[in-house]
Amino acid sequence: MSVTDPLTDYDIFDRDYVLDPFPVQEAIRESGCPIAHTERWGGSWLPTRYEDVVALAQEYETFTSRQILVTAPPPQQAEGAYAGVAAPPISSDPPEHHWHRRLILPFFAPQAVAKYEEGTRDLCNQLIDRFVESGEGDAAADYAQQIPVRVIATMLGVPTDLSDTFTGWVRGVLEAGLTDPKIRLESRMKILDYFKEQIEDRKANPRENDLITTLLNSEVDGQKVPEEYVHGVCNLMLVAGVDTTWSAIGASLWHLAQHPEHRRQLRENPDLWPMAIEELLRAYAPVTMARLVDHDVEFQGCPMKAGDRVLMAFPAANRDPRQFENPDEVILDREHNRHVAFGAGIHRCAGSNLARLELRVALQTWLARIPEFELVDPESVTWAGGQVRGPRICKVRF
Amino acid sequence: MKVRVNDGACHGHQMCAIAAPEVFGSDDYGNAVVLIEGDLPADLEAKARRAEGNCPERAITIEE
Ligand code: HEM
Ligand code: SF4
Repeated sequence: MSVTDPLTDYDIFDRDYVLDPFPVQEAIRESGCPIAHTERWGGSWLPTRYEDVVALAQEYETFTSRQILVTAPPPQQAEGAYAGVAAPPISSDPPEHHWHRRLILPFFAPQAVAKYEEGTRDLCNQLIDRFVESGEGDAAADYAQQIPVRVIATMLGVPTDLSDTFTGWVRGVLEAGLTDPKIRLESRMKILDYFKEQIEDRKANPRENDLITTLLNSEVDGQKVPEEYVHGVCNLMLVAGVDTTWSAIGASLWHLAQHPEHRRQLRENPDLWPMAIEELLRAYAPVTMARLVDHDVEFQGCPMKAGDRVLMAFPAANRDPRQFENPDEVILDREHNRHVAFGAGIHRCAGSNLARLELRVALQTWLARIPEFELVDPESVTWAGGQVRGPRICKVRF
Repeated sequence: MKVRVNDGACHGHQMCAIAAPEVFGSDDYGNAVVLIEGDLPADLEAKARRAEGNCPERAITIEE
C-alpha cells in the first residue's frame, strides 16, 4: 500500500523513504504538527524537530527503553532459553541502567580505544589490497562492512574469521528481522548461543584484559554481576557496534565519491579531520531508536498513550534548520555542530569514541590509497534503512 | 574567560574535547574534565566557545 500522507501514514520501510528519508522528514517537520503518527508496523510517533528529539531522549522516566526496536515485537514472542537476557545498557532503565552502563564505559573512553587505531589501520590497508589493483571495488560490501565486525571481535576476544557469520546474525536482527519476526528470533538465538559458549569458556579459562572475563569478575555492591548481564552486553556489543559503524563509513564514502571538492579539502587540510567526521555523522546519522511510553502523556500537543512507541529519529533532528544552518549541505568545517547521531541523555552511545576512531581511520586510509574515485552508477547503490540506514552495495571506480 | 562542566548534565559525548582538546579531556568513564583551571589563554577562547556550542547536553558554561 503506498503512502498518501506522511503525517498520518509514514512508512519507514517504504523504498523511497529508505533511499531518501529527508524530504519526508522535512515535510513533517515544517507542517502544523512536527510529530507524525502511523499505524504501520505496530504503530509509532515520529518527532522530527531537534528540540523534541533531544527532550524525549532526556526524559527517560516517561520515554523508557523497555523496547528500542522501531517495530513492535509480535505478541507473546517466545524467547526460549534466553528469555531473561536483554541488551544492557541499551535496553535498561534507571536505576539499573546506571551500573549497567558504568561497568562498560571504561572500555570505551577515548584513551582506552586509542589502542585499536593501529590494528584498524592495518586491517583497512589489507582490505584495500584485495581490490585496489582492479581499479574497481565496492566501498560498502568490500570495505565498510568488513571493518567494525573485526574490531568488535578483537575487543570481545572472539575469532575474526567468523566475521561473515557475525555480520549475517546482526543483519538478521537489525535489517531483515525488523519486518520478519522469525528471522529476528533465529538470529537472536544464534548470537546468544554463541556467547553462552564464550562465557562458559572464559569461566573455565579466564583471560587477561578480556572484556568478557573482566565483566564476569565485576562486582556491584559487593556481589558478582549476574551472568545474564554479561551475556546481554556481549549480545549488544555485536548488535550495536557493527551495522551502525559500517553504515557510517559506507555513507561517508558514498558522499566523498560524489564530492571531489571535499576530498581535496581533507587532503589539503588534515587538521580538519575531527570536525569533518562530526559533520559526516551529522548529515548521515545512521541510527533511529525507539522508546516505549510509560504512562499517558501529552507531548507537544500529541496525546501519547502508555505502550505507544516513539521513534527517536536522530537523523531527522540532525537536519533541523532551527538548529543547523543549511542542514542539507555537508560543510566539513561547520562551526557549531551539536549533532545527536549518537543519541542524547543517559543512553548516549557508549561506543561513540570507538565508532569515531573507526570512521576516521577507515576514511583516512581509503583517501591515502585511493585519492580519486567515483560511483560506477549512482542508480545501482542500494540502501538498508529502518533502524540503521546506510549503503549496502556501493560500487566505485578509480 | 573560564569554562565549567555541569557533571550532572554531561553524558560523555566528547564533542567538547574534539572542538577544544587543549581545554577539555576525558575521565576514565569518558565524561568531560576541564584541563585548564582559571582563566583561559586568549588564543583558546574561540575554541572553547565552539566546544560550548557543540555539546548536545548543553553541559558547558562559559563565564566571561
Ligand atoms: C557510527 C556508529 C554508531 C552510531 C551512529 C551509534 C548510535 C547509537 C545511538 C543513537 C545510541 C543511543 C540509543 C538510545 O538512545 O536508545 C547508541 C547506544 C549504544 N551504542 Fe552505539 N552507535 C555506533 C557505534 C557503536 C559501537 C562501535 C559500539 C560498541 C561496540 C556501540 C555501542 C553502543 C552501546 C553499548 C549503546 C548503549 C548505551 C546505553 O544505553 O547506555 N555503538 N548508539
Ligand atoms: S560535549 Fe558535553 S556532554 Fe559531551 S563530554 Fe563534553 S561536556 Fe560532556
